[in-house]
Amino acid sequence: MTGRLVRLAEKGRLPVRFTLDGSPFQALAGDTVLTAVLTSARSLRAGDAGPERRAGFCLMGACQDCWIWQEDGPRLRACSTPVAPGMRLLSQPPESWP
Amino acid sequence: MTRVVIVGAGPAGIRAAETLAQAGLCPVVIDEGARAGGQIYRRPPEGFTRPPTSLYGSEAAKAVALHGCFDGLVAQGRIDHRPESSVVAIRDGVLHVLGPVGLLPCPFDRLILATGATDRLAPVPGWQAPGVFSLGAAQIALKAQGVALGRRIVLAGSGPLLTLVAAQLQAAGAGVAAVLDTAPLGAQARALPLLAARPVVTLRGLAMRARLGRLYRAGVTLERIEADGDGPTALYWRDARGRARETPCDAVALGWHLRSETHLAELAGARLVHDPLWSQWRPGADPMGRAGAGLYLAGDGLCLLGADGAEIAGRLAAIACLQDLGLPHPAPDLRRLRRLHRFATGLARAFPYPAAGVAALPDSAVICRCEGITAGALRESAAHGGAEANRVKSLSRGGMGRCQGRYCQIAVTEILAAATGIAPAEAGRMRAQAPARPLPVSACLADPAPSQTILPSGRR
Ligand code: FES
Repeated sequence: MTGRLVRLAEKGRLPVRFTLDGSPFQALAGDTVLTAVLTSARSLRAGDAGPERRAGFCLMGACQDCWIWQEDGPRLRACSTPVAPGMRLLSQPPESWP
Repeated sequence: MTRVVIVGAGPAGIRAAETLAQAGLCPVVIDEGARAGGQIYRRPPEGFTRPPTSLYGSEAAKAVALHGCFDGLVAQGRIDHRPESSVVAIRDGVLHVLGPVGLLPCPFDRLILATGATDRLAPVPGWQAPGVFSLGAAQIALKAQGVALGRRIVLAGSGPLLTLVAAQLQAAGAGVAAVLDTAPLGAQARALPLLAARPVVTLRGLAMRARLGRLYRAGVTLERIEADGDGPTALYWRDARGRARETPCDAVALGWHLRSETHLAELAGARLVHDPLWSQWRPGADPMGRAGAGLYLAGDGLCLLGADGAEIAGRLAAIACLQDLGLPHPAPDLRRLRRLHRFATGLARAFPYPAAGVAALPDSAVICRCEGITAGALRESAAHGGAEANRVKSLSRGGMGRCQGRYCQIAVTEILAAATGIAPAEAGRMRAQAPARPLPVSACLADPAPSQTILPSGRR
């Protein structure tokens, strides 16, 4: 799987490890969750209002297109949440979701 | 003790805060960003190393001055900065603020809203695909994260940001596949006398565009974004002579200049009027930014004058506030603002909203990205329920999604107006509702301790 986003600058930051749907990935300290996921994957989560998957739209906290699930804990607005080491993200609702 | 609260820490909010602090007040500044600066002077997270000149280009000195001014006020305890905090509701003189510790009340006597703007969007068939972003998103990705949205990016729409983002991406080494402007060259040329109000800015824009060469095309019609499950594969468009063209791509960034962010202004009681020049509703205010009792507006959320205009408007709103409080204040500078108004009018005329194209979108085109509502569904609901925006919203769910109509409302209006033969103003506007941002239920369940109320310290 190649990522959607391409790193052009600021590549010298420390690595941060997280998982997406159980698979390990690496991002850089200072990445948002959106940057972290989309430099490795093509989208953030499955579609909800149609077949199209979601990958964010505005990157400034205004459109709310970029929500992503976690194995534990609340959903995150990926464009405005910094990635943290050990985050366990999900592109589908967790099984416990009603 | 007078409690003055400023919402937004972009150029307008920062200058408003500075003006109030200089008058001896200690305003609360609530901002969604982690660091003050707003969108145009947005700062990357700590630990990023590109210098201001590479982040802000010709505007680097202004960015550095604003950041320094704000950080200084915070360090001296002259303002109460609440970063990463969103105002979700305004009622009875209290802001309800969702921040890192939860939902807190913030009572105020005077409110200055400097909420900025978002991209103004026009739907293009297929824009619901993942990998289609706003033009602003392309700039934020580069500035705040050092990334490009894809390997072959098409930038499309119109407005000063189109050329600027294209130039910034190219300079950073991104793959720009095309820069497609729906504004005809004729409209741009006719606006030149007004744009001459800021000759340096205009010439800089033209030089930037010249460097884009054949990547830039004016007067285009955007037909559709072709996508597979993975995202965009091509953008189909027609050139100014009507010839069908196709540009392969893996990302598309769309934007037609800006849309004032007016949600909080409306919740605070500002009156909104449809402005055909800007193809959007704008709040009414006096030249100083007074928009109601104890309510002041400044920056792009009031009038799309850009960052320099926002600095001036932020000072003016704070001066108006000081005048109304009967406090000593600096002399207002309305003259420079008039020149910026002239220039802004030129931009609005040069880069118009593609209203006719939106009105003619096929029934199958998705207009509301959040809910997947098509132009056909909107037209159908207007046909049997009338073309009033709020009724259409309840019947069709168009504009009822997570973005609360921020990115579809203008297009919905144009489609309803054209379908029923009325003016966009008559189609009305979807009422702003609280919460202005999604609010987790858990935040409403916890009652904040009284000690957590955000209380400005008033006059020092
Ligand atoms: S991408 Fe729009 S809110 Fe995150």
